[in-house]
Amino acid sequence: MKEKLKALAATGNLSTGFREETLVEAVRQGASFVGCDAGSTDSGPYYLGSGKPRGPREGTKRNLRIMIREALQSGIPVVIGSAGHAGGRPHLEWTLEIIHELAQENAWHFKLAAIDSEVRKDVLVDALRRGRISPLFPAPDLQELSIHKAERFVAMMGIEPIQSALKAGAQIVIAGRCSDVAIFAALPVLQGIPKSVAFHAGKILECGSASVVQRYYPDCMSAELDQNGFTVEPPNPAFRCTPQSVAAHTLYENADPYHLVESGGVLDTTAAQYQAVSDRAVRVTGSSFIPSAEYTVRIEGATLVGYRSIVVAGIRDPLILRQLDTFLSSLRSVVERKIADSLKLRPDAYNLNFRVYGRDGSLGVLEPVRQLDGHEVGLIIDVIASTQSLAADILPLVWHTGLHHPIPEQSGLISNFAFPFSPPGMDAGPVYRFCVNHIWRLDDPCEPFQMTLENV
Amino acid sequence: MRELWEFTQLIRSKNAGPFELTFDIMFKNSESFHEVMGAGQLSAALIAQLYHVRAEDVRFFVIEPLLAVKISIPRPVFSGDMDDTDVYGGQFHGPLVQMPVTRL
Repeated sequence: MKEKLKALAATGNLSTGFREETLVEAVRQGASFVGCDAGSTDSGPYYLGSGKPRGPREGTKRNLRIMIREALQSGIPVVIGSAGHAGGRPHLEWTLEIIHELAQENAWHFKLAAIDSEVRKDVLVDALRRGRISPLFPAPDLQELSIHKAERFVAMMGIEPIQSALKAGAQIVIAGRCSDVAIFAALPVLQGIPKSVAFHAGKILECGSASVVQRYYPDCMSAELDQNGFTVEPPNPAFRCTPQSVAAHTLYENADPYHLVESGGVLDTTAAQYQAVSDRAVRVTGSSFIPSAEYTVRIEGATLVGYRSIVVAGIRDPLILRQLDTFLSSLRSVVERKIADSLKLRPDAYNLNFRVYGRDGSLGVLEPVRQLDGHEVGLIIDVIASTQSLAADILPLVWHTGLHHPIPEQSGLISNFAFPFSPPGMDAGPVYRFCVNHIWRLDDPCEPFQMTLENV
Repeated sequence: MRELWEFTQLIRSKNAGPFELTFDIMFKNSESFHEVMGAGQLSAALIAQLYHVRAEDVRFFVIEPLLAVKISIPRPVFSGDMDDTDVYGGQFHGPLVQMPVTRL
């Protein structure tokens, strides 16, 4: 059992980057491993649904190059979680391709573990039939049919699959969808650090330098863990942590400030103490880890909803602005008739949304301020249909009709929209929806995750 | 009458996963914290009304040691759904910034 070990987070998101000198210095000062979170569901369902990484590829490659180079030199492991942003199989493969490229370019040799977290639909259907899947709140309805209709599912791994990879001697671990915290808790727990310490440290580390007082730019973060707690200190001398900044970070992106639900249990930070040990390092003690009766993993999935085409237009005529609601609703009825006549489509066969920036573009129906006080609005005409060509066919019917849609105060042909672009409209590609917010009860924490070991 | 932002150093909203929104309000100091909490406008009932959710679905945490309030609600529209307006949930705090605080 290790007395102390030092966990180093390269940055909050692998694609964001860090300062090379900070990471180099932090590894040389004695890190036990380098971890980095590469993904999130924050950017919406597109990446999981489409299988596309969020990139950028060159930036991701640069960051991996520095991390792997330094780690190999110091003989410590690298753990990457939620590869390629959504952690599906194409995202994992994209990341592995970069790793192989780097190994070849730099003549590096190491043992590589890839952990696939994509879940086959028949496996999920079987789990659903066996009553192993339960909804969280709020959750979309999950049926066998909705599983079959979805594009892709991933399960979010906890610490155990990463630990298996490390136990097998992997120096570089690339994990598919993974709990952010598990990236940083896996190795410490394997080496005997209590889960209460390792999971809380993981929660602080997973966002990189986000828990400093003022994050001038994304960079590394490190924590020294022992049996009783951990000390978090930014390796970049320009940054500092205070008890307030570290404690406040425990709140970030988490619905409950004291209870962080992870696979295998709940981290309870109710009794956590945050003490300054210098003007830039903070000692954290007092959290507890409550093991759960059953081991569960979160499932994520995305379903294709349709294809989007949009137009951006400005409206500046005060006469239109003062009757904007009436204008848009009468435009909608004229357009619905046109679409029915020319494309034989009923209104329920497509989605037409007028997004009015300057009124309720950001909040939609939740906007409490209903009156318009500005002298112009930005309008996005948002069309979603079952195919891209259909959306692209509907769109000009809407914008061209709207361009000349009459108002009572003006007689003669008017042009209502200021289009900044030619062509006015553009195709925005496939649209997905998160179709599951459920947990899956497992007998073995590694069950849905396939590990592949390779000597690169 | 003063507004909420005059008492705080941070008011933010953010997704807590694609299905929930969470608001963090951090006060400038103990005096600001007690003035706002004592005035009583900032409550689960206000959040329910402002964000069209049931009061029982509002999780409202007062974290006095941090001089903070954390509020979590189910997302009225899931992140990235067809009619979503804010994929990251980063601007939903807007209406809270100017919440009137009436002095006791």
